[in-house]
Amino acid sequence: MNASRLIERLIALTVLATALFSPPLLLIADRVGPGGLSWLPLYLFVAWGLVIGLMAWLMEHRDQE
Amino acid sequence: MRHDLVVLTVAFGYLALLFVIAAWGDRRAEQGRSLIGSPTVYALSIAVYCTAWTFYGSVGRAAQHGPSFLLIYLGPTLAMLLSPFVVRKMVRIAGAQRITSIADFISARYGKSAGLGALVALIALVGITPYIALQLKAITLSHAVLVDYPAPPALRLAAAPFWADKSFWVALVLAAFIILFGTRHLDASERHEGMVAAIAFESLVKLAAFLSVGVFTVFVLFNGPGDLLARVAATPELAGAMSLETVPGGALGWVGMLVLAFLAFLTLPRQFQVLVVENVDERHITRASWLFPLYLLAINLFVIPIALAGLLLGTGGDPDSVVLTLPLASGLDGLPLLVFIGGLSAATGMMIVETIALSTMVSNQLVMPLLLRFGRLPRATRRGLAGRLLAIRRVAIVLILLMGYLYHALVGDAYSLVTIGLVSFAAACQFAPAMLIGLYWRGANRLGAALGMTAGILLWAWTLLIPGFAQSGWLDAGFLADGPFGLDWLRPYALFGLEGWDIYTHSLLWSLTANMGLLVGVSLFTRQGPLEQTQAALFTEAMHPRLAQASLWQGQTSRGELRALLDRYLGAAATARVFADRTAEDDDQPAPAALIAHAEQALAGALGNASARVLIDSVVRGEALDLEAILGILDTTSETLEMNRRLEQKSRELAHTSEELRAANERLRELDRLKDEFVAMVSHELRTPLTSIRSFAEILRDSPDLPEDKRARFLDVVVRESQRLSRLIEEILDLARLESGRLALSPRRLDLVELARHSVEAVQRLQEERGIALDVAIEVDDAPVIGDPDRLEQVIINLLDNAGKFAADEAPRVKLCLVRHKAHYRLSVEDNGPGIAPEERERVFEKFHQIERSDDTPARGRPRGSGLGLPISRGIVAHLGGRLWVEDAPSLGGACLVMELPEAPADKETPAEPATS
Repeated sequence: MNASRLIERLIALTVLATALFSPPLLLIADRVGPGGLSWLPLYLFVAWGLVIGLMAWLMEHRDQE
Repeated sequence: MRHDLVVLTVAFGYLALLFVIAAWGDRRAEQGRSLIGSPTVYALSIAVYCTAWTFYGSVGRAAQHGPSFLLIYLGPTLAMLLSPFVVRKMVRIAGAQRITSIADFISARYGKSAGLGALVALIALVGITPYIALQLKAITLSHAVLVDYPAPPALRLAAAPFWADKSFWVALVLAAFIILFGTRHLDASERHEGMVAAIAFESLVKLAAFLSVGVFTVFVLFNGPGDLLARVAATPELAGAMSLETVPGGALGWVGMLVLAFLAFLTLPRQFQVLVVENVDERHITRASWLFPLYLLAINLFVIPIALAGLLLGTGGDPDSVVLTLPLASGLDGLPLLVFIGGLSAATGMMIVETIALSTMVSNQLVMPLLLRFGRLPRATRRGLAGRLLAIRRVAIVLILLMGYLYHALVGDAYSLVTIGLVSFAAACQFAPAMLIGLYWRGANRLGAALGMTAGILLWAWTLLIPGFAQSGWLDAGFLADGPFGLDWLRPYALFGLEGWDIYTHSLLWSLTANMGLLVGVSLFTRQGPLEQTQAALFTEAMHPRLAQASLWQGQTSRGELRALLDRYLGAAATARVFADRTAEDDDQPAPAALIAHAEQALAGALGNASARVLIDSVVRGEALDLEAILGILDTTSETLEMNRRLEQKSRELAHTSEELRAANERLRELDRLKDEFVAMVSHELRTPLTSIRSFAEILRDSPDLPEDKRARFLDVVVRESQRLSRLIEEILDLARLESGRLALSPRRLDLVELARHSVEAVQRLQEERGIALDVAIEVDDAPVIGDPDRLEQVIINLLDNAGKFAADEAPRVKLCLVRHKAHYRLSVEDNGPGIAPEERERVFEKFHQIERSDDTPARGRPRGSGLGLPISRGIVAHLGGRLWVEDAPSLGGACLVMELPEAPADKETPAEPATS
């Protein structure tokens, strides 16, 4: 994979992560769950883990190419 | 009861362990077997980001402000996603320019400006000192909690003399540690490998300690996460905890904090130190870009459960101490000690790296330029100035830690941990525009950067720092509500009447707007100096593959002068390294450009870029390359690259074409060979009947007294062979016509059923004579196709004839089927012979191909074929839009030849004519 394509992918991932971590999507997740707690922390951790997983895949996968 | 002595022994024992690790790391580095040459160690060293603030403060913030504590870690995650090109570019530049700190970086970017470097160093000192104080506060507080629990921690700092204050001694011990491992080399751009190894170890310790408390809380204090959640659900006061409503400033505050953490992660002096200066290998960034965010996720995993447990169990006291009071309240001894050590790791790690970064800035950006300007440097001594420089740095380390201690002792009580940290973050953010914009926009200039940063830091001070002093009682807090001198629009927390924002987002908005606005605006309307232009080009084009800095100097000096300069400032050993491969030459010779560049780099690594440039300018006559020359180099190299690329493409095309040509040539040779073969084959085939005709005719001519019956039989042979000869010639002509496309076919609509029956009749008698059983299975009533009836009949007869030849010797059978298949009619002829192997199936359609019979006897007078029947048949069928192929016989077990012809369109008004007309 060439360098400019990698940069494009990284920027796309950053935009995705920013969208996941910012208000419009956040407000959707910010609902009170069964225990009186908000779903927000769970959503944040899941989204965070997803972004890290994608990044790991992107960087380590590239090494093998 | 935990004895104070035990706690102190463990704490100092831990610091001693750090000494050992750092010493080991330095030893290994000297031996060339680096301990830190791994991306994992690099990622762990970046985790110096997680300070005592993370360790104790996150839980406190989660308890008070819900999930907003996560923003401090989501921002760096975003930054790390971009690190493979942003941080990589910074590392590349730092390597080429021997950058020693963020102040050096910004100073070098804007024309090696000493003033700008000093400004950055001052801002860092003012902005970061509270952060160091915060770490001291955390250590002291956690120690007090550990020793005094369950009584509230005795923390009356101001009342006690400083020698009774443990944080004072912690500061001194750390100063000793940092002096030992942070100032071993003069060259600050050389890595502090031992220190980095110790930092990575500390990152592991604090992670393990925090996870231990988390596991203890969730699985020992409660029966797993389910139990904890159930207890929370049963507590109405906790309803709505962890929602966005608890975040200061709501959605807007959320975004502000995210931006704050994102920028601060890249601009905090200690982060710049570990990310850029201490980076051993650019490739480590690849792994760290996801491993470090993973570390952040892991260390935050249990923050919310611990915070909730603290709220549920109400251990009392400061929410910042819940991590410690939870295990203490359970009466444990070991775990609280582990937590204390974890917190100590977090705090000391930050203080070590931050102090090294700041002391380098102080010595290189503040003290050295002043000494150079006022000529206060002593004349050359035997050790040069190296010892003096290191002494400056050591004094700076002690002073910085003492400043942190003072801040802690005087102001520290008024703030919670997070508040102090965020104030420092906002200060560090003021470096972001000059650094990040300067990294990508060549037009950004020194005046813009200086004015922008000044305005930014003044606004920061007005909106965050001074109100903080006011709140801690140093100033009259009245101006917070009414503004200074009653000027309402200058209220620090609502500048220009902007109300209702949380204080950090508010401060960040005004300071960054002013900072960026001035940087961009002033840069657009003022000019850059020549050196500024050069440096701007070198920074923005840093990733350019052919950019070698060595060729950029064009000034002139003698080698002797250069040697004297280095000798004076770096000492003999460093000078010898620079001149390593050039000792043999004469000192009166002019120094080559590469040597001048090398000397400047060596000076920059020790003294900072600005001072190095001043010193080099003092001995070199003439200028460095200006912007034009650099752009020229960049352009020519990019032109060369482009040419190379085109050349490569052309040569690839050429190789491709020649490959095609070779293949075509190969094909032609093959065709030529086939033609020769064909001619030989035809001659052979023609000669056989001709030979027998000739020999029998000669016998008839030479033997007039041959018996009548013999004569008749010989004449019969001559006639039969003549027929065979003319049939062969007919076939060869057919084939030639087919291949040249001149075969005259007269296609028309006909009924294949009728044609098949007719053909069967034609061969039936002959087959019966040979004892072959011929079955016919026609499953359709009529089969309208377009074809030449004579030619098609020739094909069918040929198929039947062939099948008869290859049917089994015992009870030979042949079967003809005609079926409809989709919009086609399929006529198949099968036999019960040995069949044709799959790999032979296409070859039977080659000219003169003869199937080898195993017994090789033309049994029962079956004549040999010419080997042209099937190729001709396939040619005819193909001309009529059909196909002819071989497959396994479905019912008789031998070979099966299938002819497929498309159904004639129905709209043909003329009815099918008899094919046998």
